[in-house]
Order: sequence, then structure tokens, then C-alpha cells
Amino acid sequence: MKYAGAIAAAVMLLFAGSAAVARKKEPSKPYAQLGQVPEDAQARSNPLEHDPDAIVAGKKLYARHCAECHGATAESGRKGPSLRAPEVQTASAGALFWVITNGNVRAGMPVWSKLPEAQRWQITTYLNSLGTAAEASTAPPAPDPVPGR
Amino acid sequence: MVPAVIAVIFAAAGAWAQERPYFVIYDHYLEEPGALEVGFNPTFGSVDDGNDFLAASLELEYGATAWWTTELYLDGQHTENDSTVFTGFRWENRFRPLEREHAINPILYVEYEDVTGADKVMSAVVGHDVAADFTESNSELAEEVERELELKLILSSAVRGWNISENFIAVKNLTNEPWEFGYAIGASRPLALKASPEPCSFCAENFIAGIEMYGGLGDTEQFGLSDTSQYLAPVLAWNLPSALSLKLSPGWGLNDDSLPFLLRFGISFEFSSLGRR
Repeated sequence: MKYAGAIAAAVMLLFAGSAAVARKKEPSKPYAQLGQVPEDAQARSNPLEHDPDAIVAGKKLYARHCAECHGATAESGRKGPSLRAPEVQTASAGALFWVITNGNVRAGMPVWSKLPEAQRWQITTYLNSLGTAAEASTAPPAPDPVPGR
Repeated sequence: MVPAVIAVIFAAAGAWAQERPYFVIYDHYLEEPGALEVGFNPTFGSVDDGNDFLAASLELEYGATAWWTTELYLDGQHTENDSTVFTGFRWENRFRPLEREHAINPILYVEYEDVTGADKVMSAVVGHDVAADFTESNSELAEEVERELELKLILSSAVRGWNISENFIAVKNLTNEPWEFGYAIGASRPLALKASPEPCSFCAENFIAGIEMYGGLGDTEQFGLSDTSQYLAPVLAWNLPSALSLKLSPGWGLNDDSLPFLLRFGISFEFSSLGRR
């Protein structure tokens, strides 16, 4: 019984320490992760770049997994920065794919390698299609996924 | 107080979950920060020379940060021709020590559990857990109090659409008992790697199938496969657009010390951004 108390106390300390570390960390700049992308990852080309379904499928996946943080129109949300900023829209497809895959764990973005690689490329294709916020105001939006099964 | 909590929970939007199909194995994917998953996981067990049982756990999993997930389980069971009992709670925490994806991704797991010997959820099989343990009555088993610390090293990889995971388990009853060991290994893959352009419930990308194998490895006094139980179970998950996930897994014991058959079912709902802005 005395061990149970000690263990419970240790777990509490662990939590407290974790919370303290989380509070102490410097707020990262929203697009700093793009600067961390290795050169070989930046140079990767998007295998679905010319897939006619990739943008629509990517839009569906974006709504499922990304819109919660980055906003329904990708112009920033409750937790994530705008993905229509020039920093994102001028990044290579390989760089966006790398950030989606690795997340930004310290800043609160989880890794998304649980999505198959093809789905991450579909999201990348959709993001590349958005353009900057200024361009988006003059360009037609990506088509909505058509109702299916 | 309770109505307020319920109101907060249901005010939170449901989020599309990408649940893995495993019941015993953990992979390296943590709960998304601020998301709360509420799950219910019944397990039916067939017992030779004893009474079949239906055990269940209520699961509350919260993504505290992108690198820390905490989870509370409340366990109970019903044994045929015997009784229905609450068997205790488990509190687990998973930590991601590395920021980026690697070929093999480690996760550190720490769990404190306060359950009775009547707990039959079988969230992990360790030491010399064997089928004979399930033949005693609930009243006898309930006298045994198990306050345990469970540590796991979770290793997990994403390879060409597959998830491959290995868990190494060490459990210490906080009384004067030896460390017990166990393992779990498994692999899973979505039925389709590319998403279809249509919104859909039944399309292949929403199903993840796989297999898991788990069992005991003895303890510090008798390490190895002798007097241990071993299981093999195919697993299937279905992630619905409504933030609901369903899982199913029939499992079979691989030796005479194992239960002959287990049937696990899981249902979970994910609430996004609970308590976070």
C-alpha cells in the first residue's frame, strides 16, 4: 500500500514536470517548421500532381483531418496558422509533405504518418491548389467532393 | 456539475477519427491535442472447465499535448453462472520522446492500475497469466488486489501503408512479487491507400485490417514461454465520417494454457478540441 502512494506521487510529479516543460517552451514561429525540411525532402516531387482526383480527394481529407486546426478555408483556425500564407504557398510539394508527415510536435501539430503516403500527397496537392489568400479571392475554389456511397 | 460537464462534452464537435484496429498493441500515434475519445470495449471469453465471461472497459483518452496522451479505463465483467462486478481502474500515459518520424518510433508507456484479480479485460497478457486463472469464482478472485505498475516500450513503424508495431511489457505488482514480462506484435493496413474523391462511409479507405499476436514471457523467476498463454487475433477497424469508430477482433489461444477463444468489440467516439482554444 505504501508503494501505491509513492507511485501515485511519482506519476503526479511526472505530470507536473511535463506540464512545466510544456509551459516553458518558446512559442514557435508558425512557419518555422518549413525551414527545418531537409533538402532531399524538399526536392521530392508530388506523384499525384497530375492526378485529376487528387485535389478533390485532398479537400475531403483536409476537411476531415486539418480543418479543425487550420480552418475550413485554410486561412487559419483556432490552433493552426493560415495555409494560404506565402510561406506555405511558395513551399515545394515535398516540403509540405514532409511537414504533414512529421508534424510540429512541440508546437502542437501531431505527426500525420498514420495517413497512408498517398493520402498525404492528396492533401499536399489540395494545399498547392489553394493559392495565397489574395489569389484565392479572385480564383474559383476547388470543387467539393461529390456525394457518393 | 455533472450536467455542465455533459453539456461541455456534447457541445464539442465530433472529429473524424483514424483509429487503429488494435485492441492490445499500441502504435506510435497519440491522440490529437485537445481531443477526447470515449470508447467502450467489451471482450467475450470462452473458458474450458469454467464459465464464459463478458468483460468490458470504459475508456477516456485525452490528447494533453502532441507528445503526451493520458487515458483512464474503468473495468468490469460478468461471468456466466456467477456475478457481475466492477473490477477497478487503470490510468495510462504515453509519451513521445522524439519530435520527428523515424524508421522506428519509440513511445514510452506508464500505467498504474488498481484492479482485483477478477479483472478479465485482458488489455495485456504478461507473466504466467493462464487459462486456469479464469476458473475461480468472482468472489475468490475479488479478494486478490492488484496494484500494479505497467511499463511498455512501444516501437512502431510506417512502411508502405503498413503500420508495424512491437510492444515490450514489464509489470510490477507493488507488493513483493517479481516483475512479469509480456509482448505484443502486430501489423495493419488500410484497405485502400488513396482516398476516393467522394464522401463515403463504406469505401475501402475507411477500413483498416491487420493482425496482432500477444502473450506472456514469464517473470524474473522463470523467464520464457513455459506456463504462459499466447494469442493470435485478426483485427478490423471501420472509421465512420460521424466521428464514430468500430472495431472487431476474434482471437484464438495458441497453446493449452490459453483461453480457446476471445471476441473483442470496440466502439468509440472522438470529440475534438475539448477544453482547448
